Amino acid sequence: MSKKLALSDEILLTVDKPARYIGNELNMVKKDPESVEIRFCMCFPDVYEIGMSHLGMQILYDMFNKRDDVYCERVFSPWPDLHEIMKEKNIPLFALESQEPIKNFDFLGITIQYEMCYTNILQILDLAQIPFFAKDRNWDVPLVIGGGPCTYNPEPLADFFDLFYIGEGETQYDNLFALYKDCRKKGISRADFLHEASKIPGIYVPSLYEVTYKEDGTIKEMKPVYEDVPAKVEKQVVTNLTDATYPEKPIVPFIKATQDRVVLEIQRGCIRGCRFCQAGMIYRPNREKDIDVLKKHAYEMLKNTGHEEISLSSLSSSDYSHLEELVSFLIDNFKDKGVNISLPSLRIDAFSLDVMSKVQDIRKSSLTFAPEAGSQRLRNVINKGLTEDVILEGAGMAFEGGWQKVKLYFMLGLPTETAEDMRAIAELANKIAVRYYEIPKDQRNGKCQITISTSFFVPKPFTPFQWARMYDRDSYLGRAKVVNDAVKEQLNKKSIKYNWHEADVTVLEGIFARGDRKVGQALLKAYENGCIFDAWTEFFDNEKWIKTFQEIGMDTDFYTMRERPLTEIFPWDFINAGVTKDFLIRQWNTAQEEKVTPNCRMQCSGCGAMNYKGGVCFEDKN
Amino acid sequence: MKIRIKFAKSGVMKFIGHLDMMRYFQKAMRRADIDIKYSEGFSPHQIMSFAAPLGVGITSDGEYLDIEVNSTKTTEASIKNLNLAMVDGVEVLEYRQLPTDAKNAMSIVAAADYKIYIKEGYDNPYSIPEWQEKLNHFFYDRSEVLVTKKTKKSEKVMDLKQLVYDFQILEEANRPVFYLKVCTGSTDNLKPELVLLAFYEFLSLSYEEFAFQIHRVDVYAKKEGEGFVPLGDLGNDILTEIPAHQDK
Ligand code: SF4
Repeated sequence: MSKKLALSDEILLTVDKPARYIGNELNMVKKDPESVEIRFCMCFPDVYEIGMSHLGMQILYDMFNKRDDVYCERVFSPWPDLHEIMKEKNIPLFALESQEPIKNFDFLGITIQYEMCYTNILQILDLAQIPFFAKDRNWDVPLVIGGGPCTYNPEPLADFFDLFYIGEGETQYDNLFALYKDCRKKGISRADFLHEASKIPGIYVPSLYEVTYKEDGTIKEMKPVYEDVPAKVEKQVVTNLTDATYPEKPIVPFIKATQDRVVLEIQRGCIRGCRFCQAGMIYRPNREKDIDVLKKHAYEMLKNTGHEEISLSSLSSSDYSHLEELVSFLIDNFKDKGVNISLPSLRIDAFSLDVMSKVQDIRKSSLTFAPEAGSQRLRNVINKGLTEDVILEGAGMAFEGGWQKVKLYFMLGLPTETAEDMRAIAELANKIAVRYYEIPKDQRNGKCQITISTSFFVPKPFTPFQWARMYDRDSYLGRAKVVNDAVKEQLNKKSIKYNWHEADVTVLEGIFARGDRKVGQALLKAYENGCIFDAWTEFFDNEKWIKTFQEIGMDTDFYTMRERPLTEIFPWDFINAGVTKDFLIRQWNTAQEEKVTPNCRMQCSGCGAMNYKGGVCFEDKN
Repeated sequence: MKIRIKFAKSGVMKFIGHLDMMRYFQKAMRRADIDIKYSEGFSPHQIMSFAAPLGVGITSDGEYLDIEVNSTKTTEASIKNLNLAMVDGVEVLEYRQLPTDAKNAMSIVAAADYKIYIKEGYDNPYSIPEWQEKLNHFFYDRSEVLVTKKTKKSEKVMDLKQLVYDFQILEEANRPVFYLKVCTGSTDNLKPELVLLAFYEFLSLSYEEFAFQIHRVDVYAKKEGEGFVPLGDLGNDILTEIPAHQDK
């Protein structure tokens, strides 16, 4: 009858959500593993429901499988209940499609989306029975290759990966596969293959670079060990997004994934240039997809999945040039067929309110604003263009249209932040409430609900804030307390709710985001100490991390508490991410001057991304 | 108009629970272009209901769901379209129109029959004739077979003689197969594993939870004068396309 599963009935009927481990979902690609030359296992190192919601993985899965000589399969982090069983029974981690051990594959590709999944990467290697360190691997085990936003500073993970792919996956995999096939046919050693691979643009082979440090622990020099290995690794960019491959038949999980809908990527990049935002920098230049292609994709993907919802994906949907046309098309064609339309990251204005009133139940839905900072001064520092007037006007329009719930997102711990900026968060929330209560009683729907959420800012590589210092846990919580106290002083405090994030995780994230190669040993030690699923509050155990850092004698303040001098060599400086260091320094200085920088459509700021010869940089010029 | 769909669930699909099967079918209806009716309101949902939830780990040849449609293609075309939209392990077997006054499947379920196999790797203690004899001792020779059904909230004593309509030992591939037809539905729902557990306890055999593969054969309604009839028999095949009513 059907193929044999890697796990027995006994195990599958014991663990939570067995559907995570059986494959067989709609649109899963089936191939005869014997018929291909390259077996690739794509991994998202978190639980199935999270990993299956990731668009990038679906894009590459589809792109690889369009090749006849490659079979791309999937694997996710086994939940701790299964983890225990697999360790105890020595069951090797397997891919969902063929249910075969991934240690026999040619490639294990791991997408690295957030720092708090790093221990899960070690879990994957451990359960797969692949040596942790790249230096201990030979052709008996797959090449472990990493990709995704965290690889813009891959150094904390350098020892565990054979290669990293820096940039958008659509461009260089064909070359990498061709080289791989050729080398394996010729019986070339793994080391020699890696040496050759390092010459492919975007491919970074950490073992081929040597890092030396100064006495103070900062980097003295990082250079290739061979002359023909490039000193700079070039970020890869898809110049023409319209023609780029897109999965017309995404996999549809049986269990509800976080993203249980068709995801339509309308553009990549962002014109705004918020100074804290890594995505806004590393995905430059902003590139739009042609509207006709989007309409076609929307239709095909809904037809091929049967999903009851479609969501537009981009960093800032309102900036898409043909948004109105696209949204009307979706409403006109699919609303009657019971398809919901979800529009995240929309600026609140007359257009978006009109659209939202058509696709949502106003009484239940909420307005979302992300001013990120409470005061105009600090918003200028971070280059967030949103002003108080714009927020109050948008909220006012919405309140008059029947909305009564507002969600506000802010960050604490931003560069130059003062207590006044923190209190301004509560004051802004109060002003919004005041605006609501200006509506006559008989025309409004009881009380308004304003929810403030704050997260703590973590400086990221390749942003203008990459030099910024962080704070310790107590200082973060102190900042949250200032906001909390200020909320209590507001006239409309009963209409305002305040939530803040954990501070321990922030500090760890900071260590990994800007860490160097020395951080890798802490990761392995932490995993050995039982750290796993750190992105999950129910599993995150800060005590274990503190113990780990003590055991190996690592001074974490070095990574978090220092403001870096402009002369410091960063662990990620070997990457050319498009935006030049010169641009980032200019932005860092402009931030201190509390000045905003116009967005890419208003005026080019010469960030360096024009080198890619596409996107917004050339919009008016063709 | 009301449609009753019968499907089989096999292979790895036994690990997909009831709620996920409902979600699966909602998406499948769209893929197969079934002109299903939606409820009114801001978040419209399909008019769809399942007959009798199937537990995780159980396979089946007789699962039913009822839907309402505005228009429909023929039975043959609809089954074909649905099966093109299925994954391995789910197969649509019937697509029939119900009379307008038909009650929904869930409310009329009265019985279901099951085959229970001893899985490979687990002991079969007796030969077929021995099993038959034991079955007589346990079930047919007694006037009352009391078991206690424990739920989270309560304990309930039930008489299997009233709730088990058929119990036989069959033979497939030289191995015994337990065949059971039991009372099913919202009031007196009897799970087949409970009957088997009672049988094993009666024989002082140790009952291992994972030793059995349970397979549902069909689900029945009770029809005046005819006894139990499969739910699918209450509908009729659609031989010509039926367009949507103009006046809704
Ligand atoms: S080069 Fe200019 S237009 Fe292009 S992304 Fe950079 S700032 Fe924007």
